[in-house]
Amino acid sequence: MLDKKSVEIRKKIVQAVKLSRRGHIASAFSIVEILRTLYEDILHVKPKNPSWENRDRFILSKGHGCLALYAVLANRGFFKESELETFCSFDSLLGGHPEYGKIPGVEASTGSLGHGLSIAVGFALAQKIKHGNSKTYVLISDGECNEGSTWEAVLSASKNKLDNLCVLIDCNKMQSYGFTKDISEIEPLRKKWESFNFDVKEVDGHNTGKLKKVIGKVFEKKKKPHAIICHTVKGKGISFMENNASWHHKSKISDEEIEKLYYSLSSRT
Amino acid sequence: MRKTCLEEIYNLAKKDKRIVFVGSDLGAGVLSQFKDEIPDRFFMEGISEQHVIGLSAGLAMNGFIPYVNTIATFITRRCFEQIVVDVALHNLPVRLIGSGGGLVYAPLGPTHLAIDDIALIRTIPNMTIVAVSDAVEMKKFMQESVDYNGPIYIRLAKGGDPIVTSANRVFKIGKSYLVNKGKDILLITTGISLQIALKAKEMLIEKGINPGVLHVPTIKPIDKQAIIKYSKIFKSITTIEEGIISGGLGTAVGEILQETDYKGTFRKVGIPNKFSDKYGSQNDLLKYYKITPEDICHYVIS
Repeated sequence: MLDKKSVEIRKKIVQAVKLSRRGHIASAFSIVEILRTLYEDILHVKPKNPSWENRDRFILSKGHGCLALYAVLANRGFFKESELETFCSFDSLLGGHPEYGKIPGVEASTGSLGHGLSIAVGFALAQKIKHGNSKTYVLISDGECNEGSTWEAVLSASKNKLDNLCVLIDCNKMQSYGFTKDISEIEPLRKKWESFNFDVKEVDGHNTGKLKKVIGKVFEKKKKPHAIICHTVKGKGISFMENNASWHHKSKISDEEIEKLYYSLSSRT
Repeated sequence: MRKTCLEEIYNLAKKDKRIVFVGSDLGAGVLSQFKDEIPDRFFMEGISEQHVIGLSAGLAMNGFIPYVNTIATFITRRCFEQIVVDVALHNLPVRLIGSGGGLVYAPLGPTHLAIDDIALIRTIPNMTIVAVSDAVEMKKFMQESVDYNGPIYIRLAKGGDPIVTSANRVFKIGKSYLVNKGKDILLITTGISLQIALKAKEMLIEKGINPGVLHVPTIKPIDKQAIIKYSKIFKSITTIEEGIISGGLGTAVGEILQETDYKGTFRKVGIPNKFSDKYGSQNDLLKYYKITPEDICHYVIS
């Protein structure tokens, strides 16, 4: 069951695509609760000073889920909520993938899959060299586990015993073309990460209470990097979008569809 | 040159805590002193070029200056997108060092011949490309590289290359150097093609022709001002490079000459846009592709 805030964030996402009429809405709905938990309860960040040296770092490696990140960052005060409505327009701060150096709070430009985890390994390693206490969180998708570079980064994180790194896996069992099991089977996912010497946990990725509990304790185990498999539903919150591959990336979204999205969300509250 | 480059990384790292070394799977013992003395800033991360570039970007975003080294074809072709997205788009001070630039790995065949490295990297915004000619120039460049803004691709030659540059000359990234003043004919070089041009110059002088030699160690951003200046003085310009002529030094110079409506003759000497079908040594391939002092003399006289 989604709480009021989760529904509100989703409404902001729908509002954001009103002008652009396009976006990876279902991919964003999959990660709303993970991002809410991070920015509301976990990350030590200063929205008015986003480059604060001692902040925790978060990278959205599945950059196409940026609508959720934008809505959560705006909600946390990194930039004005009115920016959301300009999504993908010519002069907008907010494009179809997040950009570093442009959007306050965005730690790395992502969009091409299989990049964010390596950058996150660099962040975590930098903290080790500096003897810093900041933590690094990176959100990747289960589909992103198709990328060879993801596993290169996993080997390196493990070798360097990056116990200050937390990889959150948005495990919605879907990717652009359809179900991951039909495209490139990644199960057994937990065993894979464990065999790469990660400390692995699993959680319901839409339950903010459970997410807070699991992420909050993730760094207790030392000498190993951490992975949390967050079981999610692509398009979570909208019945006709859930597990529907045609909503992976939608363009030319009609007035009628926008209304349906609003109606569907409003009926949940 | 390669040895000097790596030694300098160690020397610089001893003085500057921002400097880290990242390798993939280099030869046994490479930079062992660095590893022994500064282990927390030495990383050998395995045969994972894509990851190595992303990791280095992450380090650079946190205040470090990573010097990354592996074979030139692997550090350019294999992880091209990581260079574009992770390093160049973020405009980070990552130094990518390609071992065996050009035809160095002749006996190893096309997978190892870095003939397209410069052409590839030239297409990437924010990238700087440097190919020095010898160890003396390398040492000066490495010191200059530390605080240079943005990413650099550094092309290494074989090693043991003859010293042809003066120890007194100041090195500045982005500047070209008129090594021989000459008259009418200008040879433009980068990397070890300076050695080839200087030998050609000696042979031409014997025949009564004194060509100018302009050395361009920084291919991107190229010293446009100097090339425009010399294009007004010299009636004939020949670029010499140990790489494919489509996209490298010759193309960069040609773009400027086209803009300035150069009326003289312009020739690009280098490797055609095709895969090598020969092995042998670097010199064998230079002869095969007609990039020798004798060939340069022949082109100039004809």
